[in-house]
Amino acid sequence: MIAKRTIPLLMASAVGFLLILTYFIPQTEQWGADAMEMFIILAAAAMVLGAGNLVMMNLAKVSRRSEGWGYAAITLIAFVVVLVIGLLKIGAHGTAVSPANAWPSNPVQEGSPFWWIYQYGLVPLTATMFAMLAFYIASAAFRAFRAKNVEASLLLGTAFIVLLGQVYAGYWLTDFLPADPGDTAWSQFLNGLRLENLTQMIMDVPQKAGNRAITIGIALGIVSTSLKVLLGVDRSYLGSAD
Amino acid sequence: MRHIAYAMLACVLAFEAMAYAAIAPPSNVQTADTPNDVGNQVDVTWSLSPDDNGKGAVKGYVIYRVTIDSAEGLESTASATSLAGSEPIGDVAYGKTDFTDENTTAGTMYTYGVAAVNTSGTSDIAVAALNVTPRMEYINRGKLWFGIIMLTISGVVIWYVRYAKRGGDVKVRKIAGLEAVTEAVGRATEMGREVLFVPGILDINDIQTVAGMTVLASVAKTAAEYDAKLEVPTARSLVMTTARETVEAAYLAAGRPDAYDENNIYYLTDEQFGYTAGIQGKMVRDKPAACFYMGAFYAESLILAETGNSIGAIQIAGTAMPSQLPFFVAACDYTLIGEEFFAASAYLSGDAQQLGSLKGQDVGKVIAAALLVLGCFFATLAMATGSSSMIATQDYIKNNILGNEGFVPAAAAETGIEGDNE
Repeated sequence: MIAKRTIPLLMASAVGFLLILTYFIPQTEQWGADAMEMFIILAAAAMVLGAGNLVMMNLAKVSRRSEGWGYAAITLIAFVVVLVIGLLKIGAHGTAVSPANAWPSNPVQEGSPFWWIYQYGLVPLTATMFAMLAFYIASAAFRAFRAKNVEASLLLGTAFIVLLGQVYAGYWLTDFLPADPGDTAWSQFLNGLRLENLTQMIMDVPQKAGNRAITIGIALGIVSTSLKVLLGVDRSYLGSAD
Repeated sequence: MRHIAYAMLACVLAFEAMAYAAIAPPSNVQTADTPNDVGNQVDVTWSLSPDDNGKGAVKGYVIYRVTIDSAEGLESTASATSLAGSEPIGDVAYGKTDFTDENTTAGTMYTYGVAAVNTSGTSDIAVAALNVTPRMEYINRGKLWFGIIMLTISGVVIWYVRYAKRGGDVKVRKIAGLEAVTEAVGRATEMGREVLFVPGILDINDIQTVAGMTVLASVAKTAAEYDAKLEVPTARSLVMTTARETVEAAYLAAGRPDAYDENNIYYLTDEQFGYTAGIQGKMVRDKPAACFYMGAFYAESLILAETGNSIGAIQIAGTAMPSQLPFFVAACDYTLIGEEFFAASAYLSGDAQQLGSLKGQDVGKVIAAALLVLGCFFATLAMATGSSSMIATQDYIKNNILGNEGFVPAAAAETGIEGDNE
């Protein structure tokens, strides 16, 4: 129990409070970045755990022929192929210093098979997933903008203005209103009704105000959660049974 | 004809002479110890050379430095010749009037000089009137107000934690999203389907992931009590390890250690959209009845939530990423917005000490609201009256209390710059 909960808790508290203190001392300001580097090294070492788990899980799926085992097989093949090509630097060219030897070369050397897999395999796949977002936004907007009540109607109206204000159609629709705010209150009011100006106002005033209110709440939540963790009030992340 | 040729030649020579004429040096070179550092920086400022008009007569400025015997006084005795004999320590483009020397030694006295340069050479060196000695600061005074506010809020949180521990009354409003956790897990149990918990895509060093883990503890305990299958796909190895520990402890606490299966908590990939595709495939194939998204999310938030919506799962999301909140609100049944997400652990555990910390957060909100109201009040008065004291108060709130100028206003600090020179 001591090794599993008390010691990690004490270490987390000591390091946490120490790093908070170093933030205010110029001599030790760098310690936070140093601690982050240590974490990156730790996380890189932990990759072995993740990779091992990935292989075990997918091997089990393939051997049991469980539903979707074909995907697991593809995952395993892709994993092994990329790992071997990347680690052995297959197809990589030598460097200027050592032309016959590919080992000292850049792991993502342009033109190498590893680079090719990244450039023509991973990047297009990632872009495809990202592109799907456009359709999901449309379907989510369709539901969110239904004018079911007063609040939803307000949301719909605001969204309509903001969407139009971002495209040329919005500019064209209110082009008859004065482009120059002028000196009189009336001309300034009319200029403010142009969709691009209305959009800017919505983004700058109500949107920003709401966003900042959420951000303040988040900042306070982070302080409170950090304190609970550092003081050991909340130990659920350590696997506490309390 | 010959006269015309001579005239043209004279014009060309005159033009050449103008181009290669000595350029005027910059003026008013000033130096100051960079505040709140370890004494390794000095700020150098100057006024532009009269020839620096953006038309190419001045290409940039070169900065020189010489070390001075500390026995010498405040007044600079270094000559332009001695500076010219030293190696330049840096240069900036035309139009610039400042440079920070980041390679000084605390306690050593320096004199700086600046010269304008063009393709034909450098101007005379303008020497700073005063020597400067960078000093090491032991405390970053620019962060003092931040420290005070942080200490106040932390003190109040700790006080309320102790207050709750002593049996003090702590009331917390109902949070619909958290009330629905039991309902969601219960629904999954009734339907004989699984519960899916997605802890975000950042590592365990992110506070949102830690907050997600604390919610996972409660969800896992409920799942263990209801005998529902819980799956946790992770994007980071360390999150997987932490989640396993958390879920195992929750099953133990629920008296169901036998029902715990570590294979239900697994690693997919670190790659953002690979992870998203993996979970999406899982959702479409297995159709979980309840989906929880608790942690840090980016563009994948809507892809996941819309997929969950399409399979009819009850969905509860919580994140502190303001840009992703609208997507979760649009696609999920319940969304924990910002601070509600961080309150989830306390709320679900019902632990008095943790609930006390929420009360402390409320006091923090009061402080933030008071600063907002005061700032608006003084800004309005400053605009309406034009009073310099109102403008100064408004600036003090903005630049010192909420900014990083420390206790002393900038105008007073500027006077203090002289004090840094010696």
